[in-house]
Amino acid sequence: MTMQGLHLRAALFRSIRFFFQHQRFLEVDTPVRLPVLLPESNIQPIKAGSWFLQPSPEQCMKRLLSLGCPMIFQICPCFRDKERGQHHLEEFTMLEWYRLDCDYQDLMDDCENLLRHVFSELYGSEKTCTALAGSRLGTMPLEEPWERLSVAESFQRFSPVRLETALLEDRFDEAIVEYIEPHLGRSRPTFLYDYPAECASLSCLKPGEESVAERFELYIDGLELANGFSELTDADEQRSRFLKERELLGPELRTMELPERFLEDIARIGKAAGIAFGLDRLLMLLLSEQSIERVVSFSPADW
Amino acid sequence: MFFGASDLRKGLKILIDGEPHIISDFQFAKPGKGQALYRCKLRNMITGSQFSNTYRSNDKFEKAELEERKMQYLYNQGDEYHFMDTDNYEQLFLTREQLGSNANYMVDNMEVVVLFFGVRPIDISLPIFVNLLVTQADPWARGDTSGTDTKPITVETNYQLNVPPFIEEGDRIQIDTRTGEYVTRVKE
Repeated sequence: MTMQGLHLRAALFRSIRFFFQHQRFLEVDTPVRLPVLLPESNIQPIKAGSWFLQPSPEQCMKRLLSLGCPMIFQICPCFRDKERGQHHLEEFTMLEWYRLDCDYQDLMDDCENLLRHVFSELYGSEKTCTALAGSRLGTMPLEEPWERLSVAESFQRFSPVRLETALLEDRFDEAIVEYIEPHLGRSRPTFLYDYPAECASLSCLKPGEESVAERFELYIDGLELANGFSELTDADEQRSRFLKERELLGPELRTMELPERFLEDIARIGKAAGIAFGLDRLLMLLLSEQSIERVVSFSPADW
Repeated sequence: MFFGASDLRKGLKILIDGEPHIISDFQFAKPGKGQALYRCKLRNMITGSQFSNTYRSNDKFEKAELEERKMQYLYNQGDEYHFMDTDNYEQLFLTREQLGSNANYMVDNMEVVVLFFGVRPIDISLPIFVNLLVTQADPWARGDTSGTDTKPITVETNYQLNVPPFIEEGDRIQIDTRTGEYVTRVKE
């Protein structure tokens, strides 16, 4: 990473903190080492002794929600084994925020406001604006409403494979990567929303339309930046999803106990929404870097 | 020897339908909350045919075991590039198509490693850096001190590339054979 990049990284973090603190969000820092994981078959954890390094701060932040913190945010390292590539590092930096009594639409509004604030601050300062020269973000009309495209619409528009077929043949992820992602967020940022219930993860299903989940991803210039949803707070439903998910885990984790404390926590939350935002990728966009390794102080390749 | 999908990377050689393939391009993808996808461009090392494929975490691969023999590059005759084993004077040739961009960096009598699949020679591997003589270069316009411009030149293998403007005819330059790019000027 260049010295200029290092300064921009610091300025970005400062600007994000200012945005949330100004709205009276509480900044939290929760333990990165956890004794128990939420079963997610597509995430490989990294062990730390008999515990694990957090794949995300979700568990702890939802406990804080349940304990009565209505608006919280955190910037922290997250760890996922075997994720390496142009857009992936096994250790990366996540911004997460959670709001009580809100849903995924509110989070989309948050994203728009957050990035508008950050860009105007970074472009407005002499110290940082030169680092942003040539960034694709500078050419996007961020002040206008961003595109909101449902997953179903995106398949109709871009995919030669029908959504139903892709789900049936377990080719949903492939279709998203091959046919859909390349078109998203090109002229302005895109929220891809209403994911099939099969891909709900920890989000709640849409009332009155239970084939989809209240979940979205933010894309800018073809790059996935954030995943947010209306939180599932029905502990019974969450337990049955965890049981299904645990079956798909590798032999070592399949025998893991369910996160009982987490299930107790979410039952106390009521309505809430939360989002995970990849800050290294946002830096890639700001600095026009093609590789995530170029926006962190040191990557595994630097040792 | 077997690999999992998470071991895949650019340059790895694997067996597909019994034939050796090299991964010429590699991309890791993992759409939000979705599964890991390993997107590969592959080249059949025997036929040269290329295709793309996407693999998943559970896919398993067998390493393509290739025998390596040190040989000397002798000369080319049209599309045929001739090599000799300096221990037993055995000779063989590979075609321009089989050598791909490697042909750009070979000079007579150079030592290379020839790769064999069974008894069949299919490719060579070159040192990462080779030094080649510049045979054609436009003179440097000395007023230009910007230091950012490059100019095209030709080296002794007839390969053309862009170099800094101070490089002149008769210079020897180092080229990275993985990228085909200029590295530095070398002293005789």
